Amino acid sequence: MFEHLKFRDPDLARRIVEKIRETAPKKDVVKICHVCGTHEWTITHYGLRSLLPPTVEVIAGPGCPVCVTPASEVDEAIVLALKGVTVTCFGDVLRVPGSEKSLLDAKAQGADVRIVYSAMDAVRMAEKEPDKEFAFFAIGFETTAPSTAIEILRKPPKNLSFLISHRLIPPAMELLLGIGDLHIDGFIAPGHVSTIIGLKAYEIFPKAYRMPTVVAGFEPLDVLFAIYMVLKQLKDGVAKLENEYARAVSWEGNIKAQEIMHKAFDVVDSHWRGLGKLPSSAFKLKEEFAAYDAREKFGIRITQGRDLPLGCQCHLVMIGKIKPTECPLFMKACTPQKPVGACMVSIEGTCRIWAKFSTL
Amino acid sequence: MAIPAKVVKIQDGKAQVDFGGGILREVDISLVDVKVGEYVLVHAGYAIQVLSQEEAEETLRLWRELLEAESSLETK
Repeated sequence: MFEHLKFRDPDLARRIVEKIRETAPKKDVVKICHVCGTHEWTITHYGLRSLLPPTVEVIAGPGCPVCVTPASEVDEAIVLALKGVTVTCFGDVLRVPGSEKSLLDAKAQGADVRIVYSAMDAVRMAEKEPDKEFAFFAIGFETTAPSTAIEILRKPPKNLSFLISHRLIPPAMELLLGIGDLHIDGFIAPGHVSTIIGLKAYEIFPKAYRMPTVVAGFEPLDVLFAIYMVLKQLKDGVAKLENEYARAVSWEGNIKAQEIMHKAFDVVDSHWRGLGKLPSSAFKLKEEFAAYDAREKFGIRITQGRDLPLGCQCHLVMIGKIKPTECPLFMKACTPQKPVGACMVSIEGTCRIWAKFSTL
Repeated sequence: MAIPAKVVKIQDGKAQVDFGGGILREVDISLVDVKVGEYVLVHAGYAIQVLSQEEAEETLRLWRELLEAESSLETK
């Protein structure tokens, strides 16, 4: 990619870190929250936290789509699979715990569960085997939802239905601001989600909550610069919406993708793993596509599930309240090889990323 | 997770993209308006946005400008 080398320039990085140190408060600790598994990956992989002064803390919010999917929806996929429906899903969905078991456990019991790389692959698979019933377990934020929507609008074969579990990022950010003892001072908004929903989706944060908000890309310098931009706003006593990731994010976002999503989905309240019910935080297939809705087609609706296995602190890790290392199970009972909680399963989960890269 | 890739060929709403090092893959480009030679962000088999080279250059220029302007002010 044309920009990689320049966006990883060590000299520029050193100077940005210097500016961060100059701009950071001398005494009070500020807490900057990002909401994206890929940001956590960049921060941990490149050891960016070690470059920050002690008064700047960067925490990870609920930015891992697989992690926030509640057990009840995993249970729905498992029920479908055990009914004889072939369930297709992304790779890191396979081991996510439901209330009792995961899709991988169901597969071990003989259910037909298959990994796909994209919604497109799920359609092709169903086309190839017209005598089999398929259900695509559609997980992901606004980055992924347009691809599910476009395949549904293209009228895929009748033997394919969709278990929609798409979630929306801005309501999760609002949730964080409602948690009294979290005390967030600024947001780094997720770049990839923002390519779709645009800067405009975050206007509410500086306006209604006086929260400095910077949309950032995923190179190490992108993240460092976004941290600096938040610190600068805090120092100047202002709360603005800024775009560090202008090469991919516009004010309006991807309008084509937004239109496609709104044609296929209604916005509804939804449960997030361990976090309770969030208003207007998920997509549901519109009535006219009921024939493609796996819940309607097979009459399944599970509303209660056990989100947290015994001892699992995933709900606190997901809101940045504790670090993975503060969970009693981390790298003891819960490891990437034998994960207990959802945050250790997904490659975008905070625990999994810390397990892989962190030396802390 | 989304990965930048260069569009090398376009045919029937699909594109061959290069993730670097000659790793080619077919992606759906119906969510974007893109031309051969441009870079796109690819997420789960779909191009979700076209990357702007001008904006990338502009960001780098702004960074340098800001860092230099402020450090020269401070040394005065």
